[in-house]
Amino acid sequence: MISIKNVNKWYGDFQVLTDCNTEVKKGEVVVVCGPSGSGKSTLIKCVNALEPFQKGDIIVDGTSIADPKTNLPKLRSRVGMVFQHFELFPHLTITENLTIAQRKVLGRSEAEATKKGLALLERVGLSAHAKKHPGQLSGGQQQRVAIARALAMDPIVMLFDEPTSALDPEMVSEVLDVMVQLANEGMTMMCVTHEMGFARKVANRVIFMDKGNIIEDCTKEEFFGDQSARDERTQHFLSKILQH
Amino acid sequence: MDFSDIIPAMPGLWNGMKMTLQLMVMGIVGGIALGTILALMRLSSNKLLSRFAGAYVNYFRSIPLLLVITWFYLAVPFVLRWITGEDTPIGAFTSCVVAFMMFEAAYFCEIVRAGVQSIAKGQMGAAQALGMTYGQTMRLIILPQAFRKMTPLLLQQSIILFQDTSLVYTVGLVDFLNSARASGDIVGRSNEFLIFAGVVYFVISFSASFLVKRLQKRITV
Repeated sequence: MISIKNVNKWYGDFQVLTDCNTEVKKGEVVVVCGPSGSGKSTLIKCVNALEPFQKGDIIVDGTSIADPKTNLPKLRSRVGMVFQHFELFPHLTITENLTIAQRKVLGRSEAEATKKGLALLERVGLSAHAKKHPGQLSGGQQQRVAIARALAMDPIVMLFDEPTSALDPEMVSEVLDVMVQLANEGMTMMCVTHEMGFARKVANRVIFMDKGNIIEDCTKEEFFGDQSARDERTQHFLSKILQH
Repeated sequence: MDFSDIIPAMPGLWNGMKMTLQLMVMGIVGGIALGTILALMRLSSNKLLSRFAGAYVNYFRSIPLLLVITWFYLAVPFVLRWITGEDTPIGAFTSCVVAFMMFEAAYFCEIVRAGVQSIAKGQMGAAQALGMTYGQTMRLIILPQAFRKMTPLLLQQSIILFQDTSLVYTVGLVDFLNSARASGDIVGRSNEFLIFAGVVYFVISFSASFLVKRLQKRITV
């Protein structure tokens, strides 16, 4: 579904990504973790071309991101993305947030888009808030709306960029519940997160990044299993993050 | 001081005020439209477009409005004749409207640019991640939010234009100030009429500013 091949990216002289290679197969849930500044968010943003990269290629469902002939808006409309800071559109109501791209990008009728949007809102348990504006919702609620907004486009894969990092602790689980449900339904997911509980529960594979390199790319069982088989940096990171 | 002559002169003064308001409204509408286009050019990654818009803004912000008004009055018919090959009288009103639009566009451009830049970059990313093109993102997501933030500044600039429209007297248009002066001269009461005009400008501009400040408070809360 997604194949990342030799991706390199520089900000000026500073190399943010170095020879990144990995695959995400259909139906797979891949968790990407690593210390801050390791390039994991940059890598996931490269997958739908929100961040350009200078070398290598990413193939999403047969379409090359690096190919200048690729219609990027069209490709992005098939790849759902959820951001750390939700990024709902504050000037629109929740319903409008859920329908605007369906109508303007996919050309669905207002009735069709609204029906789909409200069904997804129901699914994330927020039907009562359809007419409100994003500012009237809590962080956790906004993030659930953001997930519904991405799902409304019928994506072939979902990308999550630290979806729970900006949330108050008591709101993390409501968002993770939605994501777990999504994973269990067979959605292909690539997920940058520090929630190791989530990784243990639903991930097929775990990727660990440090300083722009992919250090580990292994199954969940390997990643959380025998630590002596892991890279020193991975052990160090896990020992810090799993203490709590 | 005898202000009693002002009452019978009211219809004439009202016509002048209508001219002032017309010039202002057309200047604002055209200025915002052109200014928004310039702002998008200035923010564009195309160097040629952004340099052109930058030069435009710097040029019009560096010359007096009075000069622009007279220059347009004299030059526009000349340019039109050069293009069409025949005399095309456009009149003082049209040339003034065009001058205001083009002059104000430079100021509105900077307001719109700041407004667009004040919208968090994540909004751009979110809209594009949903498959929107750059044009759709600007039109549906960024500009509506930017204009909401910019409203007080746009109104403030409009109040300035309201006063600046009085400069059209140089090309003989009868706006509010010019009609007050002319009516005053006729009855030999120039001082009274000019004081009256001053009070009217003050009341309108001051109350508009006051409303803008209240609006600003409501928007920022």
